[in-house]
Amino acid sequence: MGEPLIYELGGPGHRGAELPPLDVPAPAGAEEEPLADLPAGLRRREAPLLPEVSEPEVVRHYTRLSEMNYAVDNGFYPLGSCTMKYNPKRNDALAALPGFRDLHPLAPERASQGALELMARLEAALAEITGMARFSLQPAAGAQGEFTGLSIVRAYHESRGERREKVIVPDSAHGTNPASAAMCGYQVVEVRSDARGGIDLEALEAALGPDVAALMLTNPNTLGLFDEQTLEIARRVHAAGALLYYDGANLNAILGRARPGDMGFDIVHLNLHKTFSGPHGGGGPGSGPVGVVSGLEPFLPRPLVVRDGDRYRFDWGGEGGTARPAAGGVGKVQAFWGNFAVAVRAYAYILTLGGEGLRQVAETAVLNANYLMRRLAGSFELPYDRSCMHEFVLSGERLRKETGVRVLDVAKRLLDYGFHPGTVYFPLIVEEALMIEPTETESLATLDAYAEALEAIVREAREEPEKLRQAPFTTPVRRLDEVSAARRPVLRWQPRQAGQG
Amino acid sequence: MSYIPQGEEERARMLAALGLESVEELYAVLPEEARLGRPLRLPGPLSELELERELGGLAARNADASKAVCFLGAGAYDRWVPAVVDAIVGRGEFLTAYTPYQPEVSQGTLQSIFEYQSMICGLTGLEVANASLYDGASALGEALLMAANVTGRERFLLPSTLHPFYRDVAEAYARGPRLRLETLPEEGGRIAAGAVSQVDETVAAVVVQQPNFLGLIEDPRPLVEAAHAGGALAVLVVDPVSLGLLASPGELGADIAVGEGQPLGSHLNFGGPYLGFLAARERYVRRMPGRIAGQTRDVDGRVGYVLTLQAREQHIRRERATSNVCTNEALVALAASVYLATLGTRGLGEVARQSALKARYLAAELGRLPGVRLAFDGPFFDEFVVELPQEAEAVSEAMLDRGFLAGLPLGRFRPGWERRLLVAVTEKRSREELDGYVRALGEVLAAWASR
Repeated sequence: MGEPLIYELGGPGHRGAELPPLDVPAPAGAEEEPLADLPAGLRRREAPLLPEVSEPEVVRHYTRLSEMNYAVDNGFYPLGSCTMKYNPKRNDALAALPGFRDLHPLAPERASQGALELMARLEAALAEITGMARFSLQPAAGAQGEFTGLSIVRAYHESRGERREKVIVPDSAHGTNPASAAMCGYQVVEVRSDARGGIDLEALEAALGPDVAALMLTNPNTLGLFDEQTLEIARRVHAAGALLYYDGANLNAILGRARPGDMGFDIVHLNLHKTFSGPHGGGGPGSGPVGVVSGLEPFLPRPLVVRDGDRYRFDWGGEGGTARPAAGGVGKVQAFWGNFAVAVRAYAYILTLGGEGLRQVAETAVLNANYLMRRLAGSFELPYDRSCMHEFVLSGERLRKETGVRVLDVAKRLLDYGFHPGTVYFPLIVEEALMIEPTETESLATLDAYAEALEAIVREAREEPEKLRQAPFTTPVRRLDEVSAARRPVLRWQPRQAGQG
Repeated sequence: MSYIPQGEEERARMLAALGLESVEELYAVLPEEARLGRPLRLPGPLSELELERELGGLAARNADASKAVCFLGAGAYDRWVPAVVDAIVGRGEFLTAYTPYQPEVSQGTLQSIFEYQSMICGLTGLEVANASLYDGASALGEALLMAANVTGRERFLLPSTLHPFYRDVAEAYARGPRLRLETLPEEGGRIAAGAVSQVDETVAAVVVQQPNFLGLIEDPRPLVEAAHAGGALAVLVVDPVSLGLLASPGELGADIAVGEGQPLGSHLNFGGPYLGFLAARERYVRRMPGRIAGQTRDVDGRVGYVLTLQAREQHIRRERATSNVCTNEALVALAASVYLATLGTRGLGEVARQSALKARYLAAELGRLPGVRLAFDGPFFDEFVVELPQEAEAVSEAMLDRGFLAGLPLGRFRPGWERRLLVAVTEKRSREELDGYVRALGEVLAAWASR
């Protein structure tokens, strides 16, 4: 059964909440018309169209909706490149402490010492984990981190009087990499991957030149492979006068093992909601801190938190006393200081594990991925037959050729088996790609059950392929018509016109 | 270790299945030079109890709104959050889901986005809204890129009455594509009447913040008309709660409306996560940034929801996408939906009405204190600037000692404004708190006067 829209529930006069009665005297004439001093044209004519529902109707509606969601709390969610690990409950509780949750971002520094200290401590931890000098916690998500990082690249080259207009991205990059580069006004140059899944050094050499501002690299990359040539890539990029940017989406694999800073990266963004286990909320909030080597520190978004004796304060980078960022840097990318509540969770996560715990996270994630990859190598093709890092990419191309069943059908059928599928059709360079990231928070029993489900589906593909093309059968809705959704977009609820019934 | 559900025995079985002696071998691909040959130097590990003590200690050092009565605003507001909101957004099925890439098992998230879009359209009086952006300031940045895209122009007019942090973020977004941001002059705290003469055929968009940074209500209509006459777009930055009383962007003729959704059911969180909303006229929908959910049907004819118009997005168009937004603020948008549904039209109107009336009461009472006056004439919504007989920074510090977050001293933003304080009043402030604030400020000023 579908759930009606909230607008279709309730009715006139249903109310979900009441304010206490007004307890101050209203100015004469303002009781009915609070903004009596306002020209009529600036007052609202039509009341905003909102639902009219009671509290139980609200609660039941959203509870029923929640039951139509798959989430980490209900099961295995091995969506490649998304690092959907378990989100510890304690961290949510800590972020909800009144001292954090109800703290105004513009409270005097004296009144927010605890929050500032937490930001400073998290920054120091992230710097140690990545080998960077300083971090800004301001970017609200990975993609905003990319935008910030590339803005730093631009500010850096401009400070040296150079105009470099190209950014290089590998063909295996996340879609946000080229989009962020374009947003920053850069021309995007794509370089191909070699037979082992790393960057093709010849293609890189051909692309590098005095007009190149930066290379954006995810390592391990979106094939789940560590680029063994990283150090050589860093040397060549730097020799060309460009900067090396690290997309931290896959940092989980190398925690405590290797650091982007030691590999020659100049700028790093992290995804706190991935590696450091902030719940993703159905698509955010995330948090995408950006770290830089020491020479790039002046270009970071402001303010940064600094320690002055036994006190913490905001440093705006400019003349004393001002609350605006100094010229020449990125300035600001958020009105305030970033997604602080996500930062609290990340810091709690780091404190829970410590350095040794983080290294175990990476090891277990890598072990889980390799175990599952080898179990599934018989059922699907392995386009790059090497040991993987924390995720791996399978190809369903042979299955498609032999049975007509596409990897999308396999993914939909997995839903009937009670599992969330991996990422399909990404990276773009693998035909019929299925990208699986089990993470460290899954047991051997879960991995085996997932493999058995996929093996059963491959058998089904050979025996009754038509059934798979119809899947799923057991989900709240079945395959949805995305074509007509885009061709005749219905993007909001509208009241029915009188007479239309 | 508590988040890894594997013991020694399982680990050994997995290694055996891989034909390995140790996990070390899986890291053989790491070049020697790239390896970290030492443990990470981090605090911890801490047990849950130790963690509670550690973070509880940090939290206790902050004067949050439960310890000091909050009159701070300037883009973040201490509004009442009904318990229903936290109960719903705390449900694991919403909290721990990813972006809805598999719509069949993400209908909860997708339908809630569709409802959120409907409510933002209802509030703004515009026809389409996206699924959310990071915050109000970055939503303005995205709106500028969108307007440049629609008009093919690169000149923008932004008022000096815009929140200075919004201006900073807009400049960061404008730098890459080399958009030119110019400033509209002000007069008495509002955009000067003569500003319309700056609008011509080279302008991509005119921006007005309503109410503006100083809390004052602008009349955007002449600028909207001038923008349209010159082929430019009109972009309004609005406080969503004020839309319970103030003319909607749609009623004022705006093409794009953006704003900060934090006041709709989200806590202060020291600045984030917040919620950027963006709504527009229907004809611009294919130029909009960010995700959009749409209604459709499944193969059995049942109504369902999907992410739609994805050809605009980065995973399809890569470097030609309308923006790079991927993760947005879905959970904060859900909080806004639950808040708006719970309050309804009448409730939101009441929040706006009480806020405005309480702000007027406080402004009038403060005006009775010697040497204190409103800095600007003209109508305001729930936030206003007072001119004090002393430096506002020092007054704010003295008020903190008496348990009040008195407001935002403006001297940090403009020379000559050292005695000005921006004061915000929400529906949450009781008369007792308002009277207490007046009394405390009176005492603080009297103590100075007698020195």
